[in-house]
Amino acid sequence: MIELKNVSMIFNQGTVNENQAISTINLNVREGDFITVIGSNGAGKSTLFNLIAGTITPTVGSIHLNDRNITRDPEYKRARYIGRIFQNPLLGTASNMSLEDNMMITYKKGFKWLKRSLNHSMREFFKSELVQLRMGLEDRMKENLALFSGGQRQALTLLMMVLSRPDLILLDEHTAALDPKNAEIVLELTNKFIAEYKLTAMMITHNMSHAIEYGNRLLMMDKGEIIFEAAGEEKKALTVEKLIDKFHQIRHKSFESDRTLLSEE
Amino acid sequence: MIEGIFVEGLIYGIMVLGVFISFRVLDFPDLTVDGSFPLGAALMAQCLLMGVNGWLALLVAFAGGVAAGVITSLIHNHLKVPNLLAGILTMTMLYSINIRILGNRANVPLLNQETILTQVTGRLTGIIPDDYILLVFFAVVTIVIKILLDLFFRTDLGMTIGAMGNNEQMVISQGVNPKTLKSIGLGISNGLVALSGAFAAQYLGFADVGLGQGIIISGLASVMIGEFLILKSNRIGVLTLCAVLGSICFYAVMYVGRYYGYVINMTPNDLNLIKGILIIVLLVMTQSKKLKKAAVRAVVKHD
Ligand SMILES: Nc1ncnc2c1ncn2[C@@H]1O[C@H](COP(=O)(O)OP(=O)(O)OP(=O)(O)O)[C@@H](O)[C@H]1O
Ligand SMILES: [Mg+2]
Repeated sequence: MIELKNVSMIFNQGTVNENQAISTINLNVREGDFITVIGSNGAGKSTLFNLIAGTITPTVGSIHLNDRNITRDPEYKRARYIGRIFQNPLLGTASNMSLEDNMMITYKKGFKWLKRSLNHSMREFFKSELVQLRMGLEDRMKENLALFSGGQRQALTLLMMVLSRPDLILLDEHTAALDPKNAEIVLELTNKFIAEYKLTAMMITHNMSHAIEYGNRLLMMDKGEIIFEAAGEEKKALTVEKLIDKFHQIRHKSFESDRTLLSEE
Repeated sequence: MIEGIFVEGLIYGIMVLGVFISFRVLDFPDLTVDGSFPLGAALMAQCLLMGVNGWLALLVAFAGGVAAGVITSLIHNHLKVPNLLAGILTMTMLYSINIRILGNRANVPLLNQETILTQVTGRLTGIIPDDYILLVFFAVVTIVIKILLDLFFRTDLGMTIGAMGNNEQMVISQGVNPKTLKSIGLGISNGLVALSGAFAAQYLGFADVGLGQGIIISGLASVMIGEFLILKSNRIGVLTLCAVLGSICFYAVMYVGRYYGYVINMTPNDLNLIKGILIIVLLVMTQSKKLKKAAVRAVVKHD
């Protein structure tokens, strides 16, 4: 469905700050895939997502959606079929607006016109969807989002993204800024929605056991490359220890620093 | 005479609504205003001198302001120029354009000219006491504009523009180009500013290229006073009301300063200094308000 062909990303090319963040990556994301992505800080995970989402254009290579070349499409155009959630829960919603206004804006993708779509039946629909989150948000439709917790806002962003039925969703450590309890709730919701709505998803995480537990494919990145990939049965058989061993085999780095690199908790 | 205190606040209130849109809704500090205000005045004056219908002339002034705002947004969006500089560029260019519009003059008097205001006064004489005609007229005009704005910001498009000022990434994630929204927002903002300039020219009886000088400071001070008057709200109707009330307060104070300032040995030339100091005081006051709130929150969290 989404295919990256020979994609490289070099920041500040030709300057002293030249930095190759992605080196010749080839990746084919198939429909229905749920791919978890792990790797140390600075491995290029977020850069990979930025390339897929269109925040940046690759220095070399091309990106295709169902055989259509989208390499030069700007981010806002790709956003109509690629949903994205960031680590920062504030990025998904507008703090200075009410819950219902936020839902109205995020409900439908694409340019909005001079219509007022927020009416009684719309509100009822939003309420019925909010119930799924089990956070009691359906009774707080008129409240300003600034009053909501990070976990509530992230769950809301997730729900609204799912409702727009994107072809692909990109989750960049979307539970990392939440407290453990909320992180667990949002992660469970994520898993539930992906299964229920048969979404294609990629999820970056620093938690190796989550990376093993969730999804059908796992990518390990280091220094801008995908150094290891596991799918299906092979992935199911993985353990945290095996993953660390794998990293050790490939990169010939000491075990101790691996643990810190791929942080476990 | 007493009605004069409020009339200015209402006329300039339209401009303050424009400044509110750029500074608060779009989070875009737009200095085009200093040029689009006299642009509206100049277009109005020239249209009237050419015998164009007054209401049509208002439309021309509004359209001129929209164009100015869109140009600023295009400079910012496509040349990657910082927003402040983009506004200053347009403002500077408008200075020359405004003189052109006024027929290579810096000032055009409208004293014996038939204007919308003379028409309205003629029509309402006898119905409303003479002293209050303009007050009532401008109260109606400003409130109608305020209500139209409220309606606009409650549409899907208006809400998305509001969201962009708070969180540009969210709008991009919705598949909307924020550049387009900025152009629309700045267009409306400067359209209103020019409209305000067009009314001001008729009220003052002249159009002058210098009319816009420092108008952005007055606009900003008015917005801030309005925010200070009323508790924070996320309802657009309350926010625009604050802007208009802020304008009325600010221009009432300026009016008193201008006519009675001599009592404390103040001249009209001191007003710019007073405006600046007023803004600084407001900044300090809101800052300490915020700090207090943060302190309270920290204490609550500790408990
Ligand atoms: N806009 C940018 N300009 C220059 N360099 C960048 C930019 N974005 C990322 N980089 C560099 O690219 C490399 C990869 O960064 P990236 O953010 O993709 O890492 P990551 O795998 O997401 O790490 P983390 O786990 O810390 O989020 C880093 O060296 C980073 O400094
Ligand atoms: Mg990252």
